[in-house]
Amino acid sequence: MARTLTFMQAINEALLQEMRRDPTVVVFGEDVVGGSGAPGEMEAWGGPMGVTKGIYPEFPDRILDTPISESAFIGAAVGAASSGLRPVAELMFVDFMGVCFDQIFNQAAKLRYMFGGKAKVPLVIRTTYGAGIRAAAHHSECLYSLFTHIPGLKVAIPSNPYDAKGLLVRAIRDDDPVVFFENKVLYGLEGDVPEELYAVPFGEAAVVREGGDVTVVAIGRMVETAKEAASVLADEGIDCAIVDPRTTSPLDLETIVESVEETGRLVVADEANPRCSMATDICAQVAQECFDDLKAGPRMVTAPHTPVPFSPVLEDAYIPGPEQIAEAVRATVGAKARR
Amino acid sequence: MIEKLPMPKWGLNMREGALVAWLVEEGARLEVGDDVAEVETEKINGVVESPAAGVLRRKVAEVGDVVPVGGLLGVLAEPAVGDAELDAFVAEFQATFVPEPEDAEAGPQAETLTTGGRSTRFVRLGDGPQAVVLVHGFGGDLTTWLFNQEALATGRRSVIALDLPGHGGSTKDVGGGSLDELAVAVRQFLDGLGLERPHLVGHSLGGAVAAAVAAGRPLRVASLVLIAPAGLGPEINGAFLDGFVEAESRRELKPVLELLFADPDVVTRQLTEEVLKTKRIDGVDEALRAIAGACFPDGRQAVDVAARLAGLDLPMLAIWGAQDAVVPPAHAAALPAGARVELIENAGHQPQMESPHEVNRLIGEFLESLDD
Repeated sequence: MARTLTFMQAINEALLQEMRRDPTVVVFGEDVVGGSGAPGEMEAWGGPMGVTKGIYPEFPDRILDTPISESAFIGAAVGAASSGLRPVAELMFVDFMGVCFDQIFNQAAKLRYMFGGKAKVPLVIRTTYGAGIRAAAHHSECLYSLFTHIPGLKVAIPSNPYDAKGLLVRAIRDDDPVVFFENKVLYGLEGDVPEELYAVPFGEAAVVREGGDVTVVAIGRMVETAKEAASVLADEGIDCAIVDPRTTSPLDLETIVESVEETGRLVVADEANPRCSMATDICAQVAQECFDDLKAGPRMVTAPHTPVPFSPVLEDAYIPGPEQIAEAVRATVGAKARR
Repeated sequence: MIEKLPMPKWGLNMREGALVAWLVEEGARLEVGDDVAEVETEKINGVVESPAAGVLRRKVAEVGDVVPVGGLLGVLAEPAVGDAELDAFVAEFQATFVPEPEDAEAGPQAETLTTGGRSTRFVRLGDGPQAVVLVHGFGGDLTTWLFNQEALATGRRSVIALDLPGHGGSTKDVGGGSLDELAVAVRQFLDGLGLERPHLVGHSLGGAVAAAVAAGRPLRVASLVLIAPAGLGPEINGAFLDGFVEAESRRELKPVLELLFADPDVVTRQLTEEVLKTKRIDGVDEALRAIAGACFPDGRQAVDVAARLAGLDLPMLAIWGAQDAVVPPAHAAALPAGARVELIENAGHQPQMESPHEVNRLIGEFLESLDD
């Protein structure tokens, strides 16, 4: 039965329930036990955000605090995954992923392919992304498009608590490496989450809002922002559909295309930097598939092509807001018909 | 006499609905149960039926308006009622109407009862002495009765909708998935609630389950209402069953759900999404496969309740949608001679959803006619 959980509680529940179901699921990462400075091991923090709280008391042998060496523990997780465990490695901020690209891009992503299907790497790397917590350029990027680019990796970016639990369960059960993106700003978002275990399939977009005028494809946190924009636009008589891809690899292009065929207009809202991003990828694929249906050029709403600024004023200006999405929607609606 | 045409309340969680279309013009004469307007909710699209006989004198809501439950869509009155009186009625209603607050607990909540080692989710409405238990069909859950439960829960009745094993919020283990295992679970549930002699209403597979329960303990069941029941003949739409079990995505499931209705437009993306959410829960897939394998192997019905019902001296009402594409209405012929059979023209396999007013009226009158 469903009850209200936060995004963070949904992830915590998915981890605990999967660990109870499957003894091969283990958790690695920096401070995931979070014992340092806590009054006792039963009260351990469970990570810097508390996402893994409660795992240590129940499974002391299956959760491991690692040294502050991403290249070492991600490499260990790839090895554990390829030799029979299902590790869920937590890499605190996606910005730190750079030091372990070889382990991820060259090893995890290619093992199954290079061993002719005889190896499998059921690895999940959980990481946080996104600006908005005043943590500056080293702790605020989006970067999911980098991982989406690599064949052999799967990429999930939940936008709400229901999908957070279901997609994480699906990621843990997947036999391929999955990079699982959590937005820090969404951790407190509440929503209905079933108590039971369930898996949300990869490659099926959610239609968050139906609408006939413009298709807004929104990634991760931008789904909430797009909903705000859509309600403002509804008062102006513009009816937006919002599509949440949920996973960018695999990407459910079919649902996006179906919607664009109906609306003839596309806006992609993506907090990532604008070059070689999910926004450019989706715009390009839609332009290729639906050129004759488009009534206006696709538009992207993204952060600027800069690192995330430390100044709070600039950081707030950096993150796309509802007004920017609304502006882009108005621009596509107001664009002169192509023919 | 001026009658309100209010926004209906379909299911416990409905707070508001959007008016999609008016199906009649101002000035149209309406009978009770006539289709008046189409309304869209978060879960389902439905048709608002006229609650009274009269002329639709005013459309108060416009297409596109979002109206809270109980809010005014329009008003009905005889031509003799003057315009000034109508306007005053509408003005007074609009000035005094208070919608149910957003954050209020949605009235009755789902409960759970544990019997025989399994938990059963149910919702109970009303606290009258006449107990009526609603049993949904294959792949459904208690929301099957979205349009019925509240309407049936009038003064002297308490109406309980349950989730069968393997379905909704109940325990997912169905054992072998046979009809008798499901019937045992329902019997234990009835005993657990202390229901001495309930009326059983079953839809589709739930009809066969209700019939099996009644046949097993005829003195402890007051009457049977069977809506498009399984178990009365060998034929069943195997494509529906296979499609429902196998579907993993919206794209696969939607056309399958459309087989359930005479009007496929009833199946919204939200409805499809709700069904998918249930199907994704761990254990549901296994439960559905077990039940389908035991009850409907190879696209045929292996359950036969006709013989079990034959000797029963029990009031029975069967309701079928004439356009049922899942279980043929002709199966009604296998019911005992004393059973009353009603056919609803413009409904498919889910008459309780497509023609709720008619179904509620038939069940209500049937239950009224029994003296318990």
